[in-house]
Amino acid sequence: MSTTRTILICSGKGGVGKTTTTANLGIALARQGAKTVVLDADFGLRNLDLLLGLENRIVYTAQEVLAETCRLEQALVKHKQEPNLALLPAGNPRMLEWLKPKDMQAIVALLERQFDYVLIDCPAGIEDGFKNAAAAAREAVVITTPEVAAVRDADRVIGLLNTQGVQPVQLVLNRVRPKMMSNQEMLSVDDVTDILALPLLGLVFEDEQVIVSTNRGEPLTLSDSSSPAAQAYGNIAQRLQGEDVPLMDPSQARRGLRAKMRKLMQTRIF
Amino acid sequence: MTVKEFIDKLLRRQPASAETAKERLQLVLAHDRSDLNPELLEQMRREILEVVARYVEIDLAEGDVSLETEDRVTALVANLPIRRPIAQPAKVETSEQQPAQA
Ligand SMILES: Nc1ncnc2c1ncn2[C@@H]1O[C@H](COP(=O)(O)OP(=O)(O)O)[C@@H](O)[C@H]1O
Ligand SMILES: [Mg+2]
Repeated sequence: MSTTRTILICSGKGGVGKTTTTANLGIALARQGAKTVVLDADFGLRNLDLLLGLENRIVYTAQEVLAETCRLEQALVKHKQEPNLALLPAGNPRMLEWLKPKDMQAIVALLERQFDYVLIDCPAGIEDGFKNAAAAAREAVVITTPEVAAVRDADRVIGLLNTQGVQPVQLVLNRVRPKMMSNQEMLSVDDVTDILALPLLGLVFEDEQVIVSTNRGEPLTLSDSSSPAAQAYGNIAQRLQGEDVPLMDPSQARRGLRAKMRKLMQTRIF
Repeated sequence: MTVKEFIDKLLRRQPASAETAKERLQLVLAHDRSDLNPELLEQMRREILEVVARYVEIDLAEGDVSLETEDRVTALVANLPIRRPIAQPAKVETSEQQPAQA
């Protein structure tokens, strides 16, 4: 049996950060030396290629590989700056109908022969798109934000993953706003982990740099960015690899910022 | 929080919204997880009280049947204060005549 970690990145609700997480984790794992492939299972509305800056380099998809009109190597899009990372689109938007759970399993089986990590960017919802993507996954990372609708949808997805025997299932809490949390105007980290009863793999702060990096098609983890989200994704990748990295503390984050400001004000510029 | 927001909050004495969010989530998830909508739950509550009332005299106004959930395990929790046992439990066939609604 292969030792490849095949991980579904899912959420239920759309727009909570699945694709952002897949791109950043993919790059971070690759930079840590793991051969990683990100599989875009959300090919009806694909944008993983865009986040990775690979949108102009896609020629084939997994469908052509399975139909044997091309070889896997031809369909894999290697990242130039980070050659340990490859992207494989499961299909293109015109092919929505073709993919079945067994196709997904076949693609993943091929990928597991040559990669250490297969990250599957899951479509939103809990219908066929989700079921296809989940069919091939061994473990899962559920992304949610500290908002009622996202948490509720995450709960549905966790229930489905449990019945499918996907294990372990871990949680990433995205778009955390430390200030709102400290004012108790946002569900706390403990609130969310208590409600969903999942181990927390990481938390990612709300960070404008995410949008900047998306504009450029260069995930934050590609450079040694010190932005909070970049750090968070790096930490998550390390935890996936089994390293013991302490979680960020939202209340400390604020204090850290204040301390930085104080230091800045004390710095003599002249 | 700006000073203005802080004062607003003090004056209106609104609970912080995170607490409200948590309570609402816990309730809706208990229903989602058990696949029971409030209507079905209410029907079940009535039937359970009816059955229990055949055996013991319970305070129908106080009786409460609800879903509680912890660690992804949902439990049906019935809290039925018993006034006193009924000497002779009624037979099931006679349930129609039971003054459960009295
Ligand atoms: N931590 C974050 N801080 C700021 N913006 C974020 C963060 N995570 C995601 N976003 C933004 O949220 C939007 C949805 O993210 P995306 O990864 O496309 O979600 P999904 O794939 O779940 O639909 C994007 O515009 C993205 O830039
Ligand atoms: Mg997406």
